[in-house]
Amino acid sequence: MDRSFATTLAVGSSLANRTGAWRTERPEYVHRIAPCGTACPAFEDPQAWLYAAEAGEYETAWRTLVERNPFPAVMGRVCYHPCQTACNRSFLDEAVGINAVERFLGDLALEQGWVLPEAGEPTGRRVLVVGAGPAGLSAAYHLRRLGHEVTVRDGGHEPGGMMRYGIPTYRLPRDVLDGEVARIVATGVRIETDTPVTDAEAALAEGWDAVFLAVGAQLGRRAYVPAGEAARILDAVTLLHDVAEGARPVLGRRVLVYGGGNTAVDAARTARRLGATESVIVYRRTRDRMPAHDDEVAQALDEGIQVRWLSTVAHADAGVVRVERMELDESGFPQPTGELEDLEADTLVLAVGQEADLALVAGVPGVEVVDGVVQVDGNLMTGRPGLFAGGDATPTERSVTVGIGHGARAARAIDAYLGGPGVTPTTSPVAPNARPTATVVTYDLLNPWYYADAPHAVRPRLETARRTSGFEEVVQGLTTDTALFEARRCLSCGSCFECDNCYGVCPDDAVIKLGPGGRYEIDLDYCKGCGLCAAECPAGAIEMVAEPT
Amino acid sequence: MTTTDLGMPVKYYQVGSWAVGNRLLDPERRSGQSRLDRSNALTSGHRACRGCGEALGARYVLDAAMRATGGRMVTVNATGCLEVFSTPYPETSWRVPWLHSLFGNAPAVASGVAAGLRALGRDDVRVVAQGGDGGTVDIGMGALSGMFERDDDVLYVCYDNGGYMNTGVQRSGATPPAARTATTQVVGPEPGNVFGQGKDMARIAIAHDVRYVATASIADLRDLEEKVTRAMSFHGARYLHVLVPCPLGWGTESAATVRTARLAVESGFFPVIEAVEGEVTSVRRIRRRVPVEDYLVDQGRFAHLFKPVRRQEVIDHLQAIADRNIARYGLVEPVAALPSSAPPAPTAPPAPPVRPEVP
Repeated sequence: MDRSFATTLAVGSSLANRTGAWRTERPEYVHRIAPCGTACPAFEDPQAWLYAAEAGEYETAWRTLVERNPFPAVMGRVCYHPCQTACNRSFLDEAVGINAVERFLGDLALEQGWVLPEAGEPTGRRVLVVGAGPAGLSAAYHLRRLGHEVTVRDGGHEPGGMMRYGIPTYRLPRDVLDGEVARIVATGVRIETDTPVTDAEAALAEGWDAVFLAVGAQLGRRAYVPAGEAARILDAVTLLHDVAEGARPVLGRRVLVYGGGNTAVDAARTARRLGATESVIVYRRTRDRMPAHDDEVAQALDEGIQVRWLSTVAHADAGVVRVERMELDESGFPQPTGELEDLEADTLVLAVGQEADLALVAGVPGVEVVDGVVQVDGNLMTGRPGLFAGGDATPTERSVTVGIGHGARAARAIDAYLGGPGVTPTTSPVAPNARPTATVVTYDLLNPWYYADAPHAVRPRLETARRTSGFEEVVQGLTTDTALFEARRCLSCGSCFECDNCYGVCPDDAVIKLGPGGRYEIDLDYCKGCGLCAAECPAGAIEMVAEPT
Repeated sequence: MTTTDLGMPVKYYQVGSWAVGNRLLDPERRSGQSRLDRSNALTSGHRACRGCGEALGARYVLDAAMRATGGRMVTVNATGCLEVFSTPYPETSWRVPWLHSLFGNAPAVASGVAAGLRALGRDDVRVVAQGGDGGTVDIGMGALSGMFERDDDVLYVCYDNGGYMNTGVQRSGATPPAARTATTQVVGPEPGNVFGQGKDMARIAIAHDVRYVATASIADLRDLEEKVTRAMSFHGARYLHVLVPCPLGWGTESAATVRTARLAVESGFFPVIEAVEGEVTSVRRIRRRVPVEDYLVDQGRFAHLFKPVRRQEVIDHLQAIADRNIARYGLVEPVAALPSSAPPAPTAPPAPPVRPEVP
């Protein structure tokens, strides 16, 4: 019997009709740069490690993180997280608590004893790093990974630099610092403490193939304060250093701290913990102009620290400090008003800036010092070939994070100087000297509809009463649950996270799903180029590209 | 609507259940469309326009129905865009048993298929009929009403793109007021489609007290799939009304189809509801409410409301329709209080529960 056409028609025979010919634009999967990654001075790519953390793969997350930065537990405590300031989630509700997750990973790694990647194949090159602070230790770690022999010399009794002697223990407990430093040492870095380097040229003459100066800014700037002979005046750097070494200097009941930076806040909070019932910061300008980070200031205020805004110290004497009220002029600069007031104060602590001790480069040919810092080129090399410098002793914003980033950059530059490829043995280039040029994902490139609503998980804090009575850590870590929650708040800007939206919303069934980890491909035989996949991609990881005409 | 429970265990996922899939979710709890083995009941090579909402909606619905029935089902298709673009001679894009019918008789043909299967004792094979809004709310409405009245064992799915798009964008009984179509041109003192006419087919179906009535859109896949699955769990007459934006007829970008549907729902202009045996039992609440203007402004068919002069009174009138939907179904209140003239059935819950979210 002849069967009718309709009943013999093959199922899905429209596949013969290649509708891809209609296309004027094609979707392409792209990897764009998340804003957190471009904002990080230590060249971390938080989106990359949050991706693993979201799935509970914490060790993978940690390993991705330490590709760039060997100090996650330290960073998770002391970094001022410019990544979070840049985070696109802040436009949706609140920025992802990247810093808190970083700390969680860092603490978990210390608890689990995860070790850093092994040193690279020996190159036979020897590098001297001067200074065992964040920049120096970061450089040492990356240089070891590149196979160089590294010795770090430091004048301090223990390694860590400002992480040990500048940051109080209530912000960075010493066991955390010791653990992360020990892990770097375990990769084969030799650290010589109590060994100050006083002459860079002499050090170079010892036969090192390169020297990296990361001496920091260890000297408290001495502002001129008219003072009577009996006035007790300390500088904040010395105070913090002494306390870090276990001293408990007697400051009296009333302490005045002069300055507006993070060191001033640290000094005031330390004074409170040393028994001062009144700890007052005297600052020339207003809170919005204060260089200290807002969170630190808020914590200080919680602890009962007072601040005299718009005030300068006019004169100090035994038991009394005279302050003058200031006014901001049109350009925002404080101007004296002549209105004076006497405040009772047993000790005045000066926290008006820090300077690098650069005696070791005095007379080194080619090394230029301008405004108290060593001048370097784009590769962090000084005018003396083979002599590199980074961190607080060079022209830069001064923070632990910047120091760590400088260390990574210097390691790369030194490796290139020594004839190496300038990259780590892994595929990812460590610490590119220039910012990536790929598109940074702005919020308008995302489709935020798809992200579940979620408020920011707040790290628990120690009650104020317990804070001021000792040096216990103030900000506590996240639990496994809250860390996972926080990691999952990541929008994965610019990177596919396999949500299947493109596969689902294609009206032409022209997206091929390749299975877990494999992501997708476009079936160009049938894709009409409607752009729905790109429009509905939450992460902005699909771009419509014009077809050649 | 999203669970953000901070206690044990962590119930929060990056994209929750809003996206099609979610690599962090158990595969069993992802949408059907995320599956590698989805049926693709409507496969590639069809001739629908770029970004066609109806092609997308039909695959969503039929794939879900195929899953619910284990593939044992027959589809009856009314004439319309969906038929024309999927079966131009000599090809078909369907990967389901599929019957062609006339523009207006799909419900009657489906009733006949159901009767035939019953006569053959084949109670394992289910019937799904589908058509556009023209074939459903206008031409086929008599046959559909009869199918409802007889309680024939058919799920009828209407893909609503608000007009006769296949024949050149003529007005249908589902075209919204003020919209420009080929037969409601932008001329005269009240340009576009008239106010006060047209049919709300979901409410008409509910008034038949049929087993199950639901509305959905292609902007919320999980909701749509759950409704198809639920519909297939009932026997008897059922009706599903799916909003499927049409880039051609609505004058929207081809990439904006899903977004347009989302704005229709989030503005309240298209209410997403569910009713069992004549009573509304749940509503999909608005997640991020937007003014109806956000929905209208990017559609060419409403361009005359904004250019050359803004017609605020018309926009207000359309907003009033959205507001009325919101009030009628409790689309924004945290706990919906449904206005109901009749006392609720003893089994009906006091308030419609919010659709459970995959956490």
